[in-house]
Amino acid sequence: MMKREDCFKALARHVTDEVVVATYSSAVEWNDLGPRVLNYFSMGAMGLASSHALGLALANPNRQIIVLDGDGSLLMNLGSLVTIGAQSPKNLVHFVSHNECYEANGSHPLPNPKVDFSGLARSAGYAHVFDFNELASFEQQVAHVIGLQGPVFATLRVERSRPLTYDYPALYAPEKRRALKAELRKG
Amino acid sequence: MEAQTAAKADAAKVELHGSNVIAAIKASGVEFVLSVPDIVTSAGLLRPIANDSTLRLVRVCKEDECIGIASGLHYSDKRALTLIQYTGFLDSLNAIRAVAVEYKQPICMMVGLLGHEPERLPSESGRYGVRIIEPICDAMGIPHHLISQDADVAKIQPAIDKAYADSFPVALLIGRRPLAQ
Repeated sequence: MMKREDCFKALARHVTDEVVVATYSSAVEWNDLGPRVLNYFSMGAMGLASSHALGLALANPNRQIIVLDGDGSLLMNLGSLVTIGAQSPKNLVHFVSHNECYEANGSHPLPNPKVDFSGLARSAGYAHVFDFNELASFEQQVAHVIGLQGPVFATLRVERSRPLTYDYPALYAPEKRRALKAELRKG
Repeated sequence: MEAQTAAKADAAKVELHGSNVIAAIKASGVEFVLSVPDIVTSAGLLRPIANDSTLRLVRVCKEDECIGIASGLHYSDKRALTLIQYTGFLDSLNAIRAVAVEYKQPICMMVGLLGHEPERLPSESGRYGVRIIEPICDAMGIPHHLISQDADVAKIQPAIDKAYADSFPVALLIGRRPLAQ
């Protein structure tokens, strides 16, 4: 079992000009690593992070799109795995932090905490699927994972996080959205 | 008797051609059509769009996916049309509330009114699900336009252009099955 913030620190060491789409608890911990113009925070409609990411991937085929999903979030939009598998964007990398609970809503357990997200992604048509539960292994492979032709899926088996502060309006502030759009317009 | 017959004949001529709707969609600069099949628009819109190489059709599993995908596309100035049934519109209301309305994204929705009687206004439909669509749009502040005959097609491009100019959603309500021609 890993800590999500450690996984994100390992990922951040390899992120340059990728758009990172993050949602709820993942968004908070990713944002805590520091500001980035190319962050896209998906809030307000739980589950849609992977769909936002697909739109970004289709619109920006030459830019890598990384989505940091949550397990509870993905369960609300499992069909998006099939949609992404069918569209097969080569530039989409989909991480799901699997801590077996709805962390942003009181840490209540998932209906089936042992659901196999990697198995679902594989059968939905993702090109590459990974499942990590040891930080050393993730640190060793993360650069390879985000460099593959997608769609790529990786389950991160993580502990419940430290108490987080959820400031959704700040994460999704209009000025951040305008800055992201301006950056993407540069191509 | 002759007048009644002529009136019936005139009424029978009221049609909505899918080709006209699709031409208006293209004229609006739409590149992507995001859709869950709807029997109202299946033959007249979705099937020809699927065979049209100038539009990219993204088939999704559930209608609220369209709202996220369209938002992601918009960040790079790609225009999208969400083609769904009113039942899917109702199922997607929270996504529409958050992403389209509160975050002011130009989500353009073409919504088939399954079971709607074309000779009536949607607000007077005998079908409860149809009857509540316009009031829901009004409550959410979403502009809506009824597309029930060829004469209504002229509303489509200005409505989509305005949605993108204002960065705000719009609903185009399909009140009659478009003909597959």
